This record gives sequence, C-alpha cells and structure tokens, in this order.
Amino acid sequence: MSEQEKNYLTADYRLRSWFFTTDHKRVAILYFAGITLFFFVGGAAATLIRLELATPQGDLVTSDVYNRLFTMHGIVMVWFFLIPSIPTTLGNFLVPLMIGARDLAFPRLNLTSWYLFMGGGALTLYAIFAGGVDTGWTFYTPFSTFYSNGHVVLAATGVFVAGFGSILTGLNFIVTIHRLRAPGLTWYRLPIFLWSLYATSVILVLATPVLAMTLLLIALERIFGVGVFDPRLGGDPLLFQHLFWFYSHPAVYIMILPGMGVVSELVTCFSRKALFGYKFVAWCSIAIAAIGFLVWGHHMFVSGQSAFSALVFSFMSFVVAVPSAIKVFNWTATLHKGWIRFDAPMLYALAFIGLFTIGGLTGLFLACLAYDVYVTDTYFVVAHFHYIMVGGMVTAYFGGLHFWWPKITGRLYPEYWARAAAILIFFGFNMTFFPQFMLGVLGMPRRYHTYWPELQVWNVLSSAGASILALAYALPLFYLGWSLFWGRRAGPNPWNATGLEWQTPSPPPKHNFKTTPVVTRPPYCYTPEAQPQNA
Amino acid sequence: MRRWYPPSILLWALLGLLALLALTVALAYQRLGAFNTPVALAIATTKALLVAAIFMELRERRSLIIAFAGAGFFWLAILMWLAATDFTTRPEFPPRQPGATISGAAGAPAG
Repeated sequence: MSEQEKNYLTADYRLRSWFFTTDHKRVAILYFAGITLFFFVGGAAATLIRLELATPQGDLVTSDVYNRLFTMHGIVMVWFFLIPSIPTTLGNFLVPLMIGARDLAFPRLNLTSWYLFMGGGALTLYAIFAGGVDTGWTFYTPFSTFYSNGHVVLAATGVFVAGFGSILTGLNFIVTIHRLRAPGLTWYRLPIFLWSLYATSVILVLATPVLAMTLLLIALERIFGVGVFDPRLGGDPLLFQHLFWFYSHPAVYIMILPGMGVVSELVTCFSRKALFGYKFVAWCSIAIAAIGFLVWGHHMFVSGQSAFSALVFSFMSFVVAVPSAIKVFNWTATLHKGWIRFDAPMLYALAFIGLFTIGGLTGLFLACLAYDVYVTDTYFVVAHFHYIMVGGMVTAYFGGLHFWWPKITGRLYPEYWARAAAILIFFGFNMTFFPQFMLGVLGMPRRYHTYWPELQVWNVLSSAGASILALAYALPLFYLGWSLFWGRRAGPNPWNATGLEWQTPSPPPKHNFKTTPVVTRPPYCYTPEAQPQNA
Repeated sequence: MRRWYPPSILLWALLGLLALLALTVALAYQRLGAFNTPVALAIATTKALLVAAIFMELRERRSLIIAFAGAGFFWLAILMWLAATDFTTRPEFPPRQPGATISGAAGAPAG
C-alpha cells in the first residue's frame, strides 16, 4: 500500500501507535471504545433496576443495594457516557475535518483528556465495585458528607479527574474553531454542528470547574470536617445544591446541544434542503448555553430556597425553552417541501425531534412552581429527563454515529438492520418511559425499590419496554461490528452531503486533506436555490 | 545547557500572594465587626487579580482572551447573584420572635 493510500486506521498497526497517538481521529476512536464500555456498565445497572421494579415487593435486591444501583447508573451514564459521548467521539473526529484543518489546536492535550477521562472512569468503577455509593448521582449533602457509608470520596474523585478531561476538550475545541478554520470558512459558513459544539465547549470550560470545586468541598467536609455544607459546622446544605446545579443543569445542555447539532446536519442532508433560519439556529445554541446558566434553581423548588428565588428561577426556566423551541420549529420548517429520505440516520433525527419535544414540553410543566411541587421526586421527573437525555441525546448520538460511520470506518453499515434498530429503539424507549409519566402523576416516588401494588401495570409496561430497548441498543454493536469486516466499502461521500468532511477519502488520510480546502459557499447548498447567486 | 530563571515578576507576585495569605490569617484573629467580610473579600479579590494578571499573563494578552477570562468572572457573578436571591430572601426558620436577640434565636431550646 502506498503512502498516499494509507488512512488513519492503516497508518500504523502497533498498539503504542494507538495509546500514544495525537491524531484526533484515533483519539475519537479511543473515546468511542471508552464510552461504549461505560454505556453498557450503566445499562447493566438500569437492567437490574427495571427487573427489580417488575414486582412491587422489592424481592430482587435489598433497598441498600438498590440505592447503589441507581447511583451507579446515574454517575456512569451522566459523567462517563452522556456528557462525553458526542463531543469526544463525533466532535473529536469531525471538528478538524469540518473546518479543513489537519488536527485540533492541541493534539497532545487531546490525548491527555482521554487519559484523564479513563483514569477518572477507572477510579469511579473501582468505587462502584468495591462496595458502591448510595447517594444518588447528585451527592446531596449532608447525606454524602456525613451519613453515607459508601465510597463517596473515591467516586467523587473519579468524577473530579474526568472533569478536567472535559475542560481540556472544551478548551481545545474553542481554540481550534477560532484559529484553524480553512480560508473562506467564516462563522456563518460553519456547519451548525460546530456552532453547537462551540456553545457546548463554552459551558464545559465555564461550568465544570464549579463542579470540581464542589466535589472537592464534599471531600474536605467528609474527611476533615471542614464546615461548608453541614449546618452544625456553620455550613449551609443548600449551598451544595446551588453549586451542584450551577454545573449540573448546564450539563443537560452539554448533553443536548451536540445532539441538536447532529440533528441539524441530518435533517438538512436527508431533506436535501438548506437549514431553515440558519442564523437563528446557530445563535440559539449560544442562547441556550448562556440562559442555561440562569435556571438551576428549578431543581430546588422544594428544597427550602426562598419563594422569591424560586419565582426568579421559574421565570428563567420558561425563557430557556424559547431558543430550544425555535430550533424545533426550524427543523420542522426544513422538512417542509423537502425531498425526504428515510435512511437510518434520518429515522433517528425524526425520533429525536419528537422525543425531545415531549421532554421539552414536560420540562415546562416542571418549570411551573405549583405543578413541580406536586411531582417533585416522582417518576414524572425521571420520565422527563430521560426523554431529554436518552430520547434526545442518545438518539442523536446513534443518528450521528450511523451518518458518519462510513467516513469513520470506510465501510457502509447494513441499512435494513439499522432501520430496524432505529424503529425498535423508538418503540422501546416510549414503552419504557411514557408509563413513567403516568407513574409520576399517580405519585410513585423515584429511588424506591418497592411500590403500591396498584402501580404494577405501569411498572411492568416500563420494564417490558426496557427489555426491548436493551435489545435495540445492543443491535448496532453487532451490525456495525459486522460492517467493519464485511460491509461494502464507502466512497468519500455516500450521502451526497455538503461539508468539508465529505471532500476527503473515507476513512480520511492521517492529515485529513492533501491540500487545505478553500470554502466559497455557505453550508447546506443542497438545492440550486440554496446556492449563492454570485458564488 | 542554559539554566532557566523565572522572571522576577513571578517571584514578586508569589511573595505578594504569600504576604496576602499572612494578612488573611492575621486578620482572622482580629475582631473587625462588620468589616470582617468586606476586608476578607477585598484581600481574596486582590489575590485573584494577581493570579489572573501575572500567572495567567492576562495583562499582555489580546482582547479575545481577555473576553474569555472576563466571561469566567461574569459567570462567577451570575452564580453569586442568583444564589444570593435565595440566601438574602430566605425566611429564618424557626421565625425570630419579636424582640429576641440573634443569639437567642440560633438554636436555643424553646421554653
């Protein structure tokens, strides 16, 4: 094989060429392996939880083990799958390709991020398997600092370490998008995916340090008795919730913004139309990132925060829905009169729009002070955030993974199986989580392993849906794995998509482009009308 | 091989930070009444500015980097401002009795 034909996968086969690589594409693959592992670890905990809830008695695990199971599920899924998934895999792979660069601005820092992520993940997994943590993923004080008998400090240290990986990734993306764009690639010619990742990176850089500091304070109070959150030592337990949610609510946008970016790419490509209201969609990403920092108190309506404060946060929570709604309307308008193709990535994109809308609208219910008091800590909240994080973000991740799979691997996946998996995921997801809205309204509290017998029907429905969902999530592992060896070879642009990443071979060569591309057109020129008149 | 010496400004900044730390510790033992918090915050702010200007080298950076660093402070202000909407308007529990002193309200057993 000549030097020119070599791609990033075949450039070097040695193991050390992977573990010491500074190639953004290989780092993306390393991340992909890591988050897939964590996804199935978190998924295993979810499986046990749903098995337990199939009967009202609590006959599979004890309440203490149940506490550790949902904590494990939350910590692993939030910090080691949902937050890193799209930015570190698709983002790492695509940012330089989409802007016509050879690599990210700081390639070694990129690899460092992966080691920090895996190191943090290893610490957290050790904490889980050495006995676990029973605080829930939220580490609420004073339970976490005083009463809990789990490995709180070890798990928090894992999250703390992985957080630095997030910060470095965000920093890398911001600098890369500012400094390494190809000639002619102005801000308004950037794909929306990059606007989304840029907004996400700003949140990563600004919010993650607050989480790191908060987890450090938990460790200080738990180990040394430094009074920060414990009222007996002069602290304030609500201070923890303020600090924690100052990070963790924007973290929801860290999860969903990249998903929105992916969906913008998919909807335009499979409608063969330019994105409706490009500038609005782009700036809505920034607006969501900014306003997302002003709403955290809606997690604390029943915590004892002041009524005035709750009113302010309630109002801001309604405001943040506006840019999200604009995006949904613009995707829908893009579909209007488009030449729609229902390939697997598009099925995921359409599922995202529907599920995210349900998640977003039920979020408005929870922004209402009176209604939130009624359903706080019930399964209504569980269903709501799963519609956003799983129905929204995970669906978008799968859509993006299928869309760029030919670019990443140079192979086409079997379309029939992919469509079957997408449809199965949609039905499995709704069957799992829609009954949880009903359970919430009927008053079933979250984080309990027993419940009233009259709620069993909804719980059995949910558990049955979860088994379909588990199967559907496992399917891509098989057919995508199969395609690596036996899939048809992909050309540079199997979807006839726009964007610089499609102008280079699949898989791309080590340095992405033979010559630096020059951009002369706006993004998404799918129709003659979308072409600039003087281009 | 040439030996590398840290620029003198870094050493001066380090000394400045250590001096401010000593001042913080010393003032912790002084009764300043209502001035305790403002003085402590003023010292902390000076420390943060020293770190930002000298160690982060923001004093000689371009406007874009200054803007990003400023965003950090702005976001910190958001955290403090919105959290303060709670801490400054939260009702006391148990409610203070008319005429009771602060020490009397803080955890003294009823009756």
